[in-house]
Amino acid sequence: MFKLNHEIIEKNVLVLLVLTVIVIAIGGIVEIVPLFTIETTVEHVKGIRPYSPLEMAGRNIYVREGCYLCHSQQIRTLKDEVERYGHFSLAAESMYDRPFQWGSKRIGPDLSRVGGKYSSDWHYGHLRHPQALVPESLMPRYAFLEQTRLDYSLIEKHLAAQRVLGVPYSDEDLANARQDLLTQANAQADQGLLVSRYPKAVAVPGQPGFPSEMDALVAYLQVLGTMVDFADLGVEKLQQ
Amino acid sequence: MADAVLASAPPVISYNEEVIKKFTIAAMFWAIVAFSVGVYIATELCWPDFNFGLSFLNFGRLRPVHTSAAIFAFGGNALFATSFYVVQRTCRARLAGPDSLHDFLFWGYQFFIVMAALSYVLGFSRSQEYSEPEWHITVFLVIIWVLYAGVFIGTLMKRAEPHIYVANWFYLAFILTVAVLVLVNNASVPISPFAAKSYVVYSGVQNAMVQWWYGHNAVGFFLTAAFLGMMYYFIPKQAGRPVYSYRLSVVHFWSLIFLYMWAGPHHLHYTSLPDWTQTLGMVFSIMLWMPSWGGMINGLMTLSGAWDKLRTDPALRFSVTAVGFYGMSTFEGPVMAIREVNSLSHYTDWTIGHVHSGALGWVAFVSFGAIYYMVPALWKRSGLYSTRLVAWHYWIATLGIVFYISAMWVAGIMQGLMWRAYDQFGFLQYSFAESVSAVHPYYVIRLCGGLLFLTGGLIMCYNLIRTVRSPSTQAGTAGLPAGLAVAGE
Repeated sequence: MFKLNHEIIEKNVLVLLVLTVIVIAIGGIVEIVPLFTIETTVEHVKGIRPYSPLEMAGRNIYVREGCYLCHSQQIRTLKDEVERYGHFSLAAESMYDRPFQWGSKRIGPDLSRVGGKYSSDWHYGHLRHPQALVPESLMPRYAFLEQTRLDYSLIEKHLAAQRVLGVPYSDEDLANARQDLLTQANAQADQGLLVSRYPKAVAVPGQPGFPSEMDALVAYLQVLGTMVDFADLGVEKLQQ
Repeated sequence: MADAVLASAPPVISYNEEVIKKFTIAAMFWAIVAFSVGVYIATELCWPDFNFGLSFLNFGRLRPVHTSAAIFAFGGNALFATSFYVVQRTCRARLAGPDSLHDFLFWGYQFFIVMAALSYVLGFSRSQEYSEPEWHITVFLVIIWVLYAGVFIGTLMKRAEPHIYVANWFYLAFILTVAVLVLVNNASVPISPFAAKSYVVYSGVQNAMVQWWYGHNAVGFFLTAAFLGMMYYFIPKQAGRPVYSYRLSVVHFWSLIFLYMWAGPHHLHYTSLPDWTQTLGMVFSIMLWMPSWGGMINGLMTLSGAWDKLRTDPALRFSVTAVGFYGMSTFEGPVMAIREVNSLSHYTDWTIGHVHSGALGWVAFVSFGAIYYMVPALWKRSGLYSTRLVAWHYWIATLGIVFYISAMWVAGIMQGLMWRAYDQFGFLQYSFAESVSAVHPYYVIRLCGGLLFLTGGLIMCYNLIRTVRSPSTQAGTAGLPAGLAVAGE
């Protein structure tokens, strides 16, 4: 009869090594691979679009400043969360999020649906001096974002890299990236073409000729959670 | 007969101890950095004006500095030092490869740490927790890691002992798994070969799953398996007793490394991750309790017949208390992984407290125990400069942990309850801002706990410096316990 003998393993480095790799690989394969192959993992809902160039630049500032360390972007399927923050988050809503920003800690409130909840002016004031608007807040002041000119010199490359990964940016989107960015950062400009490419994009009242990092961040915050039309959504569409 | 035994005794092998000394010094240096940055950001959470309006002192940029310094700089250097110490002695072989390669590993790893920390404060981050460095820094880390694996596996291959000692299984699993985790989780497309910005290949829900598969196993392998390797060598050495159960170590090794890899989804309960994945993660997290406690029992029971040493050897007290904290955290973890408990604990400071009972109580304490043991052995001193100072360090640090984790339990459970509280009319009772101001006193207590822990670390540094500066007193290994047959030696 076969007798399990651990001695073989612990006297042979390569056997130990290969067995270890096999044993550690199983869990990840079983849990991760099906998320790419099961078609309903990401729900099919209308309205989700790639980020506009300014929103994407703002998102990168959100990532860079580590906003995710205090703010989640994931409303759980719990009654109190839905009442506090809005409809629970759908997988589809972060399908273009690289990296995802679901977060793991709420030192501040969830931001999944902060878009449209406050005016852009409120966001500017709040980012400059959070305690002036929310006295209890622990948030640092981000006034420096307003004085920093947004670096958009590589904006086409940002879009192109995402297109490589499957984000549906068209040639037209790439060709107009710079113009779209400047248009959205200037509320006085005609937003028609921008909104045709990126519905629900919110123009921000920046200083003309000086698109700041804060403009980009506010444009991003204002689109968060606004893309899906929940009136047109039945429960059956949300089955994963 | 005795002559024959003596004649067949292997010759004295010269180990590469210089590189272990360097890693040990680096571990202590980064420990102080990690604790200090932790204290500083804890201060910012009490009084946000402490960032002085400077972008690079903001919580969001310093928090990754704190976590990376604690895990990869302090923990990583402690693991390099102890793994090289253990693998040479238990294999009776000098480290594989030339000494210059080992020195390159040392300086390369420090360079990685400095580059990563600078990149966070200057505003470069992938924003994936415990995996924040941008792609070019990660590429450099991969080179270092492959060389590390080569040196470690090479040493195992040229061993003069027939068996590979159990501590080395854990170190090996740690090195291999971290390589797999880093490669998968960091797969990204740079926007340009000359720009420090990349986009990860996974998006949204898949990105979340891959990240927490990585994140939980960074805990499972970097902070658990590898430090269990440390436990399996240093506790038997300090106690002068063999490992309690060989069979238990075999069972708990394979079950631990198998089950850990499934536990990631418990970070994503009630989120947009499909329910089946959440359920798998929860079930395996609960099962993980068993091998974890198998390891704890094996560590603690090794002291059978040597418990009296806890009175006289405060360094052993660190190691044993570490195993106790390990047992506590690995019980708390599965409880928090239960979906219903998680609905309360997730996003709150309870998680922060849980992490710190593991990081301070287990990882730091077991490292302190090992370093207190290694330093006199490496520098050939008969003992530490002062065991009284070790005792002071022990009690101050323990008190610090108790302050820290109990404050976070109270704060976390309070946040969870306030967020879900309804008033008599069926409305949410508290605004979010009310939950922020309610936890302020506990944040101050947490800060005090952190300050105590930092103070303990500084006492340790002073003690070790005085030990190294004292005249060499030790000839050979005469100062070590008589039972040298233990722990593979």
